[in-house]
This record gives sequence, C-alpha cells and structure tokens, in this order.
Amino acid sequence: MNWRAVRAVAAKDLLEVRKNRMATWSILGLSVFFSVGMPLLIGLLPFAAGPSGGDLGPFEQLTRLLPPGQQDLPIGSRMVVLMLGYFLAPLFLIIPLMVSSIVGAESFVGEKERGTLEGLLFLPATDLELYAGKVLAGFVPAVAAAFLNFALYAVMVNLVSAPIVGGAWFPTVPALALAAWVGPAVALLGVSASVLVSTRVETVLEANQVSGLLSLVIVALMVGQGSGLLMLSLPVLFLIGLAIYGVDVLLVRFGAAVFSRDRLMARA
Amino acid sequence: MATAIAADGLSRSFGTVRAVDGVSFEVPAGEVFGLLGPNGAGKTTLIRLLAGVLLPGAGSARVLGLDPWTDGPGVRRRCGVLTETPAVYGRLTARQNLGFAAEVFGVPLPEVACRVNDLLARFSLADRADEPVGGFSKGMKQRLALARALVHDPELLFLDEPTAGLDPAASRQVHEMVGGLREEGRTVVLCTHRLVEAEALCDRVGVLAKGRLVALGTVRELSERLLADSPVALSFLDPVSDAVAGEVGAVPGVTVEERGERHLLLAAPDDEALAAAVGAAVGAGGRVVAAGRREHTLEDVYFALQEAAA
Ligand SMILES: Nc1ncnc2c1ncn2[C@@H]1O[C@H](COP(=O)(O)OP(=O)(O)O)[C@@H](O)[C@H]1O
Ligand SMILES: [Mg+2]
Repeated sequence: MNWRAVRAVAAKDLLEVRKNRMATWSILGLSVFFSVGMPLLIGLLPFAAGPSGGDLGPFEQLTRLLPPGQQDLPIGSRMVVLMLGYFLAPLFLIIPLMVSSIVGAESFVGEKERGTLEGLLFLPATDLELYAGKVLAGFVPAVAAAFLNFALYAVMVNLVSAPIVGGAWFPTVPALALAAWVGPAVALLGVSASVLVSTRVETVLEANQVSGLLSLVIVALMVGQGSGLLMLSLPVLFLIGLAIYGVDVLLVRFGAAVFSRDRLMARA
Repeated sequence: MATAIAADGLSRSFGTVRAVDGVSFEVPAGEVFGLLGPNGAGKTTLIRLLAGVLLPGAGSARVLGLDPWTDGPGVRRRCGVLTETPAVYGRLTARQNLGFAAEVFGVPLPEVACRVNDLLARFSLADRADEPVGGFSKGMKQRLALARALVHDPELLFLDEPTAGLDPAASRQVHEMVGGLREEGRTVVLCTHRLVEAEALCDRVGVLAKGRLVALGTVRELSERLLADSPVALSFLDPVSDAVAGEVGAVPGVTVEERGERHLLLAAPDDEALAAAVGAAVGAGGRVVAAGRREHTLEDVYFALQEAAA
C-alpha cells in the first residue's frame, strides 16, 4: 500500500471540502445547533430555574437512575443533569455520522460532476489506494468534528448547569466512552456507506439523498434506543461500539472488494 | 529503438457498442504518434485501455514494457495523461493542484516544491499560482493540466484532444509545447480530430473509424497508398491561351483537369511528364511563373478513409 498516495488523495479532498461552502456551512450549522443550541435550550427551561420545580411525575422516577452523588440535588437540577448528560448526549453521534456522509457522498460522484474523475483514475494509485484515500478523507474530519463538538458540548453543559448542580460534572465516564469509542465507529459507518453510494449514483444530489436517508435511519435508531444509552454499563457500551466496528469492517471490505476503476470509468 | 507501446488486437465494448475493435499497432520510443478519428471513433477508449484504466474485452498490450492490466500503477507512474476535460480541481490553487499530483506520482519530497515552481514558471502560471483554478481561462486550465501531466517527468504522454475548444493563440502554445516534448525525447500519443494539427506535429498517424484502425503510417505514406497522384498546378503571368492549353494537353500522359484564368491543373504521372508539360507551355508562348505538385493533405487522406469505412 502506497500510503503517500492515499494521504495525498485524502488531503486533497479535505482541502476541497474546506473550500466547499455548502459542506462547511452544513457542518458548522449542525455543530452550533448541537453543541451550543441544545445545552442553552435545556438550561433555560423553566424547571431548571428553581429548586422546587413542581411535579415532574414519571421523570422523578428516572432521575433515580442518576449516580448517587447527584441524587441529592433538587429535582429541577436533577432533570437538567438527566437531559444534558444522559438523554441528549448520545445524539452527539449524529455529528460524526453526518460529517462523514457529507464528505463521503462527494467522493467519487463529486469528481465525476466536476470532470476530474478521469484524471483521478489516471493516477498511479491502485484501486485499493484510491478507495482508502476517499474513506480516510471522510473519516478524519468526521472524527475531528466529533471530538471538537464533544469538547464544546462539555464546556456548554458545564457553563449552563454548573450554577445549579454545584460545579462542573460533564463529561461523565460513559459519555467519554461514547465519544472516544463509539464516535469513530459511527464515523466509519457513515463514510464507508456513503463512499459506496458515491460510486453507484450519477449525481452528487442523489448521493446526498441516499446517504442522507441512510443517516436518517441510523439517527432514528439512535433516538429510539440511544436516549438511555448512557445509563448502560461501560461493558455494554463497549459491546455496542464493537458491534458497529464489526459492521464497519464488513462494509469497508465490501466497498473495497466491489470498487473497480474499470466500472467507474465505464460509467463515466 | 525501444518500443514504447505495442497493442495487439485490443478490443473493448460498451453494451453493443464496439468502442475499440481489434486494434494493433506499435509506437517506438521518442515518436510523436497521432491518433486520428472523428468523435466516437474510439480514441479516448484506446488511451484508457493502454493506461490500464479500462480493461480490454480481448487482446493484449505492452506499454513501456509493462502489462497495463496487471501493472496499471506501474504504467501510469511513467505516463502523463492530458484528459479531454482538463482534470484540474477548481477549488484548489494552481500550486495545490500540482502539489497534489506530485505527491501521488511519488516525486521525491525534497524536490516537490522546486518541481512545482519550475512548472508554474514554464507554463506561465507563476503569477496566478495561488489563485483558485476555477477562475482560470480555458487556455490556462489546459496549460495547468499539461503541467500536471509532466509533474513526474514521464517518458510517455497521452494527450487527448489538447487543443479542443482553445482559441488559435492558445492552440499554438500547446503545439509549441508538444514540439518541446518531442525535443526532450518523450514519446507522445496525440489524439485529435484536427488534421492540420496532426500533420504539423506527428511523425506517424493511425486513423480510427468506428473503433477500427483503418490506416497507419506517415501522412506521405498514407497519401501515396490511398490517393491517386496529386495534381500539378501550372501558373502563368498572362491569361491561359487556347494554344498553350492545347500544347500542354498534347504531352503524352498529361491531361488538363482544370483550366483557370491564369492556371492549369494537370494530372501528370511523374516529374518527367511535368517537365515536358512546362516545356510545351513555354514553347506555345505561355509565360510560366510557377509549376509544382500540390501535396495531398491529411484531410484528403482522412476523408478517403472515412468514406471507405462508412
Ligand atoms: N463509458 C462508456 N459507456 C458507453 N459507451 C461508451 C463509453 N465510452 C465510450 N463509449 C462509446 O464508445 C465509442 C468510442 O468513444 P470514445 O473512445 O470516447 O471516442 P473518441 O474519443 O474517439 O471520441 C463511442 O461510440 C462512445 O459512445
Ligand atoms: Mg475522446
């Protein structure tokens, strides 16, 4: 494997993404919405204001799941911790998923639309190197965006909630595990799926639609199953990550196996 | 002399279209070889096959001694390709475009910056080197694409319609560059449907029609083989008189094909007959100012071939 060629292809794509307004603004918007908007919103909800908070019914029960240290907080503060630290945090996985799909969807069909695909295929890289470069091009910014956003989210959560909780408390250990272990797995999922799509469609629009749809399905699964995710034990989180990596390996291997220069060229 | 390209029965179809159909030819190292043919003749497909970017349905080839289908990267590392649409990235600067190619082609790291600067200067792009290429004119993009094709100092160049869509000044620049490549001893395969271009630049040409190679050789060889003797023109100072026309027409083997105001177009089998015709004209009082054969152009050859193939 000629890693210099792989890295060059990835770096070139990254440079292009940085100069692509549509892509950068989508990514920026998503980040601001998730990492700044959501913590602010939750922090400003009425129950966060006072210690009494009124009757929160069944949610009162849920806050019993919080770690012992946070059980003594007033009910309003407990709700904020529950929402920011446990319910919303898993949604953070949307970021690596979306960033990797946005970049991955462009990978081949984007070059085709802009008339550079033929030149790409005439490069001395092997089929595998080209494919690896494109996967890397989506994976790296997705993981970087995820980590940056996680840090930003942590700062915002603490800013919003420290006064009512009595100090900085986020990230929790499960949240860290989610970001460090599951986040990259999801990034790889997004990029391997969207690169595959990108070799098989005719326009960038189609690629975005198909990989957007795929992401939506995964997001729906996450919202359904994910809200309680951080209540799970670390070993279970580890297994979930492992399962996603398993799917990644299959997808990447499949993508590499069916990737063919001849096929791409013949369709161009 | 070493052989740069040897193709043997190369074929490739797309669905029912036989884009390249049993093509065999050789190109010695250092030659500028023209691939001629109208749009859809199979020129681009043939280049893609030779560079190992497309797989053949049948046949085989050696390019720089390598098999393009088992060692495509090896072939491409030593080839420069100018694609039909210049493969430059509009969002990147000229420098970034060349830097990218230098990396992928494995130009030694310490040499990259220097090589890129040299090419920018050589192709007159230095003062716009750090601007996004999207704003460049077509001619500038083409120069950049040519610079990119040369970034790894390739022995063999495939130029796919390098002057398509360029204005005459930009076309001439490209022609001069091709001349430069020849002087540097590189092998060049030039695809074109511009006959004047092929005639001016190529040592030999291959003519493709509907995927088949219908002729191969120098322009002179092709015209000798394919066309009747080229006509001879006699030009006079004064209007051609009946006496002059009659005397010339009476020379054995010579026929007057066209009589103009001050010229005669003749069919003459050889220079002996031509000299006799000139003598006859002068003898009849004609004041001859010029006599010469009009060489067949590649255009004549080309249309004869396309007609034969239709
Ligand atoms: N990828 C492809 N899919 C289907 N048909 C193709 C493809 N590439 C070329 N062809 C067909 O093959 C023939 C030769 O095309 P091409 O090699 O591009 O010719 P040229 O470069 O001489 O204009 C044409 O009929 C063209 O339509
Ligand atoms: Mg063509």
